Amino acid sequence: MSIIYDGSLDKIVYKTVFGETMEALAKADPDVVYLDADLMASIGTRDFWKRNPKQAINCGIAEANMIGVAAGLSSAGKKPYCHTFGPFASRRVFDQAFLSVAYGGNNVRIFGSDPGVTAAFNGGTHMPFEDIALYRAVPNATVLEISDGAMLKTLMWQLKDYKGLSYTRLTRKAYPTIYSDDHKFTIGKGEVVRAGKDAAIIACGLMVGEAMAAAQTLAAEGVDVQVIDMFTIKPLDVDLVLNAAKTGMLITAENHNIIGGLGDAVAATLLEAGVSPKFKRIGVNDRFGQVGPQDFLQKEYGLTAENIVNTLRGMA
Amino acid sequence: MDIKQTKIFAAKIRLETVKMIGKRGFGHVAGSLSVADALAVLYNDVMQVRPENPTWDGRDKLVMSKGHAGPALYSALALKGFFPMDWLNTLNQPNTKLPSHCDAKLTPGVDATTGSLGQGASVAVGIALARQMDGLDARTYLFLGDGECNEGQVWEAAMFANQHKLANLTAFVDYNKRQLDGTVAEVMDLGDIAAKFASFGWYVQVVDGSCVEEIHKALTTTGGTDNTDGKPLCIILDTVKGAGVSVIENVEMNHHMVVEGDLLNAAIAECEAILAELGA
Repeated sequence: MSIIYDGSLDKIVYKTVFGETMEALAKADPDVVYLDADLMASIGTRDFWKRNPKQAINCGIAEANMIGVAAGLSSAGKKPYCHTFGPFASRRVFDQAFLSVAYGGNNVRIFGSDPGVTAAFNGGTHMPFEDIALYRAVPNATVLEISDGAMLKTLMWQLKDYKGLSYTRLTRKAYPTIYSDDHKFTIGKGEVVRAGKDAAIIACGLMVGEAMAAAQTLAAEGVDVQVIDMFTIKPLDVDLVLNAAKTGMLITAENHNIIGGLGDAVAATLLEAGVSPKFKRIGVNDRFGQVGPQDFLQKEYGLTAENIVNTLRGMA
Repeated sequence: MDIKQTKIFAAKIRLETVKMIGKRGFGHVAGSLSVADALAVLYNDVMQVRPENPTWDGRDKLVMSKGHAGPALYSALALKGFFPMDWLNTLNQPNTKLPSHCDAKLTPGVDATTGSLGQGASVAVGIALARQMDGLDARTYLFLGDGECNEGQVWEAAMFANQHKLANLTAFVDYNKRQLDGTVAEVMDLGDIAAKFASFGWYVQVVDGSCVEEIHKALTTTGGTDNTDGKPLCIILDTVKGAGVSVIENVEMNHHMVVEGDLLNAAIAECEAILAELGA
């Protein structure tokens, strides 16, 4: 159980982790039902569907119905997992997730793939920068963002018996490895993935790896930066945020609009606690997505290690 | 089926619906009245439920997707003994267990939370799918409004029910021909609603929605899981919005209306006269 970051990417892409874990969950628990909206081939579950169409249900291109069916399954004792691309898993089904699932008291796990700029060549129509904001506003919802393959697998298992509505955003590709396979995660508890005393970066998803790279660059300059993986955006780990604030310099980094995301959650926490470190939010600055390769998009929206380094230098 | 008893049950649903909405002074009265007869047949004669154990796993379930018809459902449930009759006086009062739209977390016997139209269709389909997976011999009943069928989600759910051969699902369409802003024809014409469901792969019956015998026949001759060619069953209830209470039927904009004073007294008198005629 440890942090094993060395900058290299996870060897297994997350769509493979997702597909294998989903099938293992179904095998382990007959009440697990997997639902997708004609994107099984995209997330590594099509073979599972062909092997076990009783527990893997293809709902066709009808996301609203998928979430409603999941609510009905939950009310009849099943444990539904739903997947589609992030924009469809959030804004397209928001009322169904809000009312049929959350307000209705049902337990449904929603997975939105291709968060933010990782949607790359699918472009602005498929590039959710607002999904975290939407789900944060649903009472008692759980909002997670995956930063690592081992984390994805572990959290998918943890969510099996988790109550309420959860929304998990994940890339289908791979980010740099952060954790050993046996790392334990607790929803509501963020992870300190790098210790440091001069400043702290609270990041999630794609930006955890960028933050680690930024911390390495700054370490070479003698600046000791703490990095926190706040994969549990809601419930937020308030204690960890306030502890990081003790460094006196804090930035948040997210592959999401800075409005309504991790940065806002952290800012509100600091202000209400009466703590005021130097503070900046890194994220998409109230813009829509666009098409292009991910590295281009990261530069375009300021979502790189270099942006983090420059921001921290500017605050010092 | 004891036709007279079922008619009495329907008349009592109407009386209680009018009274509870009258107590508040306004509400979704007309769309509640139009489903009273179907609810009476279900709860008096057809559905397997245990009022003393509302969450019994083996029960038939009902999803009132036209969630604003909550008052009619609450009347049926109270008459059936799911909760005390005096709860009906609390409709839409602070801290009530009987909100304007159905809430499964609040009300014993309510199986799904509804109110955003179209959503109950998918929830009912999900319940039916779970029961099909479990091999549980229990039906799921869904109530859709005709105006509600404007919602695309209804048709997503209809396709899904056919794809998964949910023969354990019965959907009623309350074809009362009126929605909030006017007639269905002038707002968003449904065309041939029976043909639409049939073309989506459902076994469709059209009945007089005020005739308990016809409703019962449609449910019992084709309502078994093996009599609809493996198809989900759709029963179009040909109804009138405000059915059975002429002073409400006659109000043009009756989707949500004021029910007080002389109109309330006349409505109660009408319901009581029907009960008296039935010897109840």
